[in-house]
Amino acid sequence: MKAPSLEDRSTLMTLKGVNKTFSGNIVALDEMSLSVREGDFISLLGPSGCGKSTALRLMAGLSRPTRGQISWTKEQRDGDLGVVFQEPTLMPWTTVANNVFLPFRLRGLSYDQVKDEVLQSLRLVGLERFQRAYPRELSGGMKMRVSIARAMVTQPRLILMDEPFAALDEISRFRLNDDLLALKEQIGCTVVFVTHSVFESVFLSDRIVVMAARPGRVVQELEVDAPYPRTDEFRTSTEYAGHCRMASDALHEAMGEPA
Amino acid sequence: MTIAETTREIDKDQATSSVDAEEAGRQRREQLERVGRWLMPLTLMVLAIVLWDRIVVWNEIPHYILPSPGDVWSSLTGDWAMLSEAAMLTGRITLMALGLAIAGGAGLAILFNQSRMLEMSLYPYAVILQVTPVVSIAPLIFIYVDSKTAGMLLCAWIVAFFPVLSSTTLGLKSVDNNLRDLFRIYGANRWQRLWLLQLPSALPYFLGGLKIAGGLSLIGAVVAELVAGTGGVGAGLASRIQEAGYRLNIARMFAALAMIAAMGVVLFSALSLASHMMLRKWHESAMGREA
Repeated sequence: MKAPSLEDRSTLMTLKGVNKTFSGNIVALDEMSLSVREGDFISLLGPSGCGKSTALRLMAGLSRPTRGQISWTKEQRDGDLGVVFQEPTLMPWTTVANNVFLPFRLRGLSYDQVKDEVLQSLRLVGLERFQRAYPRELSGGMKMRVSIARAMVTQPRLILMDEPFAALDEISRFRLNDDLLALKEQIGCTVVFVTHSVFESVFLSDRIVVMAARPGRVVQELEVDAPYPRTDEFRTSTEYAGHCRMASDALHEAMGEPA
Repeated sequence: MTIAETTREIDKDQATSSVDAEEAGRQRREQLERVGRWLMPLTLMVLAIVLWDRIVVWNEIPHYILPSPGDVWSSLTGDWAMLSEAAMLTGRITLMALGLAIAGGAGLAILFNQSRMLEMSLYPYAVILQVTPVVSIAPLIFIYVDSKTAGMLLCAWIVAFFPVLSSTTLGLKSVDNNLRDLFRIYGANRWQRLWLLQLPSALPYFLGGLKIAGGLSLIGAVVAELVAGTGGVGAGLASRIQEAGYRLNIARMFAALAMIAAMGVVLFSALSLASHMMLRKWHESAMGREA
């Protein structure tokens, strides 16, 4: 599936002048505006404390902005949103298949009704054979795959990911980056991805939102206009290096350090 | 894995000499520990019984001061009909009290979890009930409660429900924050959250409290019997101990005591086994460490 070019995409979600202030007058996020378009892969890139996770929680509806607005362009329906946390966040007491089944179960559907979707989602992340395994029997990377399968099982329009691969080794991370892009192409969803890794953000996204801390805010938006599918070739290209350089400079500038 | 299987595996390994000296030593130590865990306390018990017997025989101690192990054994076998009947009675009260402690403790914990107001109002009284010695409450209970069985159950319950309540309360609160968020995102209602998230999270805590409650319900049943006295519902093991004491039948006192201890051990083992079976698939506490 070929995604439409950046300009032609319709808007999925808009953030307008969003501010989140915690008690003690701690401004976690200030004046953030962003329009998330259908098919985007947006990375929120920044140092710790820049409010990127706060922004994600606000988009997930887990907390409300102090000021400003967050709205879905079309009405948000059940299963329109998938979330992947920094930890795999699986229920240890039940099987892989039951973990992936959870979003449907909470909607009151029975396993038989959605068995095909659950297995299909596990197949997409390459873990169909492990449907009866318990989470503790899986490696860190495999647990994260289950978590991704669970986020994708409802075919959501928007998937929010909060540094999902930060705790993995580099080899697993590269493979999961590749697989994530392939999956996104396959199901055609929109992704907002929080990371502190310049390389990861450039490899994955077509838009990078660079953020700074104290107060958390957006300082720059970059476009990575390299076409998908991106492969290992892209990872070693000069084009990739150039984009990384740009993102890195923006990040250093945001942190108030010389590049 | 049984010892025989382990031994066979070690033999096989040594035959193919695929393990180095350090690994072989480690396996040998593990095997020794496995056997020793049973053998050492058993040896100690046999030694203690032999020593006890010799002290009685050599010092010609009369049986109404200290009976020999043989006397205790013949009391145990000779009075078996009476003692086993007493054990049935004590055991029944213990198990019923444990059942009530589970229902009451876990039920209250769930109620407290659903209503913070209820928890704030009632929890202090649960603590007061727990810290007041049951021996001092029991005489009052038997004044106001007519049925002896109900009175004994109430005594045993007062002692046993608290560990279930406090550990389940803690467990219901110990839910992974991200999982809680996930349930919110997917629009779970409070029953779904309780049933699919909080109760499974609380299970290991509940089972920990249950193991303590098992021993406590036996203690509660014994105390209740001693306070309630005999008559009415027949005599349990504690009453038999008391009664044998009045008659200077020290051997029977020891025999009944041994049976109470054995009941406690069986109860604890059964609860530990049940707990292990329920958690073995997923919880760290029930899993062997992987090398």
